[in-house]
Amino acid sequence: MKINGILFLLLVFLLSACGGRKQNSQQQTQAPVSAEKSAEMANHPGKKVYASFCLACHMADGSGVPGMHPPLIQTEWVTGDKERLINITLKGMSGKIEVNGETYNSIMPPHSHLSDKQIADVLTYVRKSFGNNASEVMIEEVQKVRNK
Amino acid sequence: MKHLFVLFLVFAAFACNQQEKSAVEKIMADTDNGGITLPEGFSALVVADEIGRGRHIAVNENGDIYVSLRNHDQNKGIACLRDTTGDGRADIVEYTGEHTGTGIKLHKGYLYFGSDTAVVRYPMQPGELLPANNWEMIARGFPTERQHEAKPMEFDGQGNMYVTVGAPANACMEQMRTKGSPGMDPCPILEYAGGIWKFKDDVLNQDQLTDGERYATGIRHAVANSWNKKVNELYVVQHGRDQLSQFFPEMFDDKQNAELPAEEFFLVTEGADFGWPYCYYDPFQEKKVLAPEYGGDGEMVERCENKMDPIMAFPGHIAPNDLLFYTGNMFPEKYRNGAFIAFHGSWNRAPEPQSGYFVVFVPFDGAYPSSDWEIFADGFAGMETINSTRDAEYRPCGLAQGPDGSLYVVDSNKGKIWRIMYS
Repeated sequence: MKINGILFLLLVFLLSACGGRKQNSQQQTQAPVSAEKSAEMANHPGKKVYASFCLACHMADGSGVPGMHPPLIQTEWVTGDKERLINITLKGMSGKIEVNGETYNSIMPPHSHLSDKQIADVLTYVRKSFGNNASEVMIEEVQKVRNK
Repeated sequence: MKHLFVLFLVFAAFACNQQEKSAVEKIMADTDNGGITLPEGFSALVVADEIGRGRHIAVNENGDIYVSLRNHDQNKGIACLRDTTGDGRADIVEYTGEHTGTGIKLHKGYLYFGSDTAVVRYPMQPGELLPANNWEMIARGFPTERQHEAKPMEFDGQGNMYVTVGAPANACMEQMRTKGSPGMDPCPILEYAGGIWKFKDDVLNQDQLTDGERYATGIRHAVANSWNKKVNELYVVQHGRDQLSQFFPEMFDDKQNAELPAEEFFLVTEGADFGWPYCYYDPFQEKKVLAPEYGGDGEMVERCENKMDPIMAFPGHIAPNDLLFYTGNMFPEKYRNGAFIAFHGSWNRAPEPQSGYFVVFVPFDGAYPSSDWEIFADGFAGMETINSTRDAEYRPCGLAQGPDGSLYVVDSNKGKIWRIMYS
């Protein structure tokens, strides 16, 4: 009986070793954050500006394109410092940045051709959509950064 | 009873050993084909689940697999996979190298690797999974780009190497991707990018512009490239231009933008000009038309008349990222010498639903397709309607043929690898 038990164990071990797999996977970035529809933003004037100038790359839900265009969802780049955000919109951006744990290294063109009102509207829209809930961007704030 | 166990044990040990010896016969597909759909008679197994952001893939004669990675925290952008148990699934995954990028091919005892600014090669070591680390520089001097920077390479078996140098632009506008900015004429980018450059495959330290030769031009970006050994010609599939409705809303609406222009399949002959940035292919009018940045209205042809047409047109923006001419014996006759193309899936169809995220098959007769393309493998995205690119769970990006004729597909989101078989 005892020897049977040992043999049985050996058999189990042999079979599992034969079919066993080692897991060796690299940790990937977090799952995308789902966009929340915000009813009050549906008629916001910034939505139209977003559709014309931002949506093609950043998508209707602000989720961006993996490896190409960064998401606008729950990231300091959008909900944080307004001056930095206004500057990116006016002057564009290039070089390596990290957003939500993922590295991006592409180019965003400048949007200085938009009016101060359009920029204030669209930045308010992105700061209050896609599950974001940051403060509004005022026309005067855009003016101030543009004139710096 | 005891004897029975011993017998069973011996049998199990023997079976285990046999499995390693005659691996091909023991490989079982996954009951769900790893979540993808395939034509009747085909099945698939998952070789690996999450090896990192895979780009292209190469399979060695002994079945070892090499995947290029877009990024790796220590720049070890070559994932090396081996199956030691004979079930087709990788049980060793190691990372090596000092580059990240897209191009990866086994050639003349080396693993050639296309980083975004150079083509290097790592010596393979007999019996070893990992290539040696003493890499050599083959081609350098490529522009540092932040769009279309991938550098896939291909070989013609006659001592030459072809490298795609994508144009760091959408349509060569004076101000990058800015509404109202005209196209530069002539487009200066074409001097150093927007084409295929030809090099020697075993000469070290070749500079793109002084040692390389511009083999073909007017190609915006072609991540998918393959030498067709049957007819001895280079083929590539182009990523067509974006944002027609965004920059020219008076000419194109969002629906038209989603379908225009076609993704074009090129037979690349020496000296050919495929027309970017001046022209794009309209699949509905079945011709090249003048781009609006150069005065086009969606119908005018002008200088596009003498640009090379595609041999096949695919739906807009679906992003062809790899091309493979099938030369194996495992798949049915119809597939021999035909082309498999991995479509990474679109982003520039928004706000219309996205498309692509599948592998298509194009039957060939000689140098040209013999009939229309068909979807071969689908379901990578894991959902029917994809509104945002990020919604897709997996995105097919690279293709390779295994020594037994299996077709391997690698995904760029997590690095999942499927092995597609026929029985």
